[in-house]
Amino acid sequence: MEVSNPTHSKTTGLPRKRFYRARAHSNPLSDSHFPVPISPSQFDSTLHYPQFFKSDSSKKIEFADIGCGFGGLLISLSTLFPDTLMIGMELRDKVTEYVKERILALRASNPGQYENVSVVRTNSMKYIPNYFEKGQLTKMFFLFPDPHFKEKNHRRRVISPHLLDEYAFVLRAGGIIYTITDVEELGVWMKSCLEGHPLFEALPEDELEADPVVKLLNTATEEGQKVARNEGQTFRAVYRRIATSLPH
Amino acid sequence: MEDNHMEESEQKLETEVAPALIAVHPSQISVSVSVGSELRVFSLQDGSRVKLIDETGGHKDSIRAIRYSRSGQFFVSGGDDKLVKVWDTKSWRCIYSVVSEKRVTSLAISGDGMFVCFADKFGVVYVVDIGDHNYENPAPVNKKAVPILSHYCSIITRLEYSPDGKYIITADRDFKIRVTVFPKEPLNGAHEIQSFCLGHTEFVSCLAFISCQDYAQGLLVSGSGDSTVRLWDYASGCLLDTCDVGAEAGVLHSIQRQEEVLPAITDLCATADGSLVAVAVQSLPGIMLLRCSFSARTLSVVKVVSVKGETFIPTSIGAAPSSPLLWMVMGASSLQSNDSALLARVRAVSGFTTNTSESTEPEVSVLEDTEIPGGEPLLQALQGKLSIGEEAFSTAAEAVKTAMRNLLIKKQYSAERREFRKRGRNDKKNQTPAQS
Repeated sequence: MEVSNPTHSKTTGLPRKRFYRARAHSNPLSDSHFPVPISPSQFDSTLHYPQFFKSDSSKKIEFADIGCGFGGLLISLSTLFPDTLMIGMELRDKVTEYVKERILALRASNPGQYENVSVVRTNSMKYIPNYFEKGQLTKMFFLFPDPHFKEKNHRRRVISPHLLDEYAFVLRAGGIIYTITDVEELGVWMKSCLEGHPLFEALPEDELEADPVVKLLNTATEEGQKVARNEGQTFRAVYRRIATSLPH
Repeated sequence: MEDNHMEESEQKLETEVAPALIAVHPSQISVSVSVGSELRVFSLQDGSRVKLIDETGGHKDSIRAIRYSRSGQFFVSGGDDKLVKVWDTKSWRCIYSVVSEKRVTSLAISGDGMFVCFADKFGVVYVVDIGDHNYENPAPVNKKAVPILSHYCSIITRLEYSPDGKYIITADRDFKIRVTVFPKEPLNGAHEIQSFCLGHTEFVSCLAFISCQDYAQGLLVSGSGDSTVRLWDYASGCLLDTCDVGAEAGVLHSIQRQEEVLPAITDLCATADGSLVAVAVQSLPGIMLLRCSFSARTLSVVKVVSVKGETFIPTSIGAAPSSPLLWMVMGASSLQSNDSALLARVRAVSGFTTNTSESTEPEVSVLEDTEIPGGEPLLQALQGKLSIGEEAFSTAAEAVKTAMRNLLIKKQYSAERREFRKRGRNDKKNQTPAQS
């Protein structure tokens, strides 16, 4: 047996959050000092999904959880879509470290599982095109993002009309963008950004009902569970990338 | 020690130096130079300096971008005073004055002359509709600009329309080139990204197109702080070739190697058919000529064209598609050195034209002052004076280089240094008072 890691639980082997506390906010506008791949072809997936790339080397990441936090959604999605590669993107380094440890611990205690999830520390508002090619993704998640209430800080919001252009670029036609928040003001903002964007359309009610992922939005993440505990309200906007390009 | 050095470089930021810029009318009817807040235009047709008419009072701070429209009908200028001015090149009257929220870094006019796009220092690109100009009523019109796309918090260094007008191309400090579909109704925004051209490992400083009759879309060339010039199929974002100009220039011209970084590419200019590309390189007194083979999709170095007699390192270059002359300017605004606040030196190179034969070297030579079209009056008008002391050249070269580095290269701090800098942050200040 290996020497027990003091930052991990003795019973489950999972990392304990209290050793990975971080400030709740990180400035997305500041210059980054962590390495970023020059282009998607230079992003080495084999390091992130070693088990997967032993057999199939052509597989590409299809789901991205932007601002994945402690990784609750990724862990749930991993078993729901065991053959799909997915990645969490998080700006806070300690939180990223936690998710990394969590995935490694889960892989160790459940052999063969959780090989399709990974996490990377990055600023997704600046570097999405450095990680994904045009039309590579089928799902993008923005769960309980930072609300940035002040008007002068609205440009720090992860959903904005101009950033949606980049998300539309990396999503393939038919790909889905999931957003949810417990802040009404932000919920209205995200919905209006998506509604106003010519490359997205709202998912109809019956499709929302049928989509197993939609149910996870409220239940899978740590933030979502906190809102549920406090019996708070949530605001959801789920939109699809439209195939038709603009007339030009 | 390190701390002192840091503070010093940060202070310098406050006195930002803008490089002198040059633009040539597409039919070489006039040549324009900007230095500091001054815009100087010389009409080659009349052989005299043009008097600009601007009821709104001209630019008030360093001009950062100037260019003519493809037809030559319009001219635009913009810069640190957060103003974009559109000029009618017949009367040289300012017909539109547009206020930007932030400093303007780059400009472009659509091929049909209907729209002006400009980028601000926070990475937002705006469009202004100039299709409604009324020549009967020449009073300048204040126009409102509409944001159409954005690079998230990055400085946009260049803005170009593709030769076929389908795309608008933006280059930034974060090593990126973005190719966006320019929509029929741009006032509703440009949302469809065609591609990203990724490969540069430092800021992208300049763009130019290589056009070809059989391929209207053309190819894109880009220059960068990483000292390379790259060739792209920009619609797919595919990198076709990389030419390590900095290293080649070092070998060919023995640029002193005490510097820790390779010299940045400052400007690019291609001949009409794209067979030759002139490259301005930091620290290189002269220009580098590259040959682009459209069929093989390659870039290769032809030679360095040296300027003799003075340390002339161009800060901006330009040419009219119809003419075999390449115009170059070297200069800077607000130099510390005593009397000469603004320096601008104009030179020209002949033989910058179609080069079909791969085997023969192009016959390119730097013109003497007496050989330049427009002659002494042109130099007097664009330079402000005829003779310039050698000392001013080295001061300008150094100032422009430092300014470019401060503006576009990200500062690397050690972990401790970063923590130290965070102490000045408002939220931390409250926790630890008595810190100064």
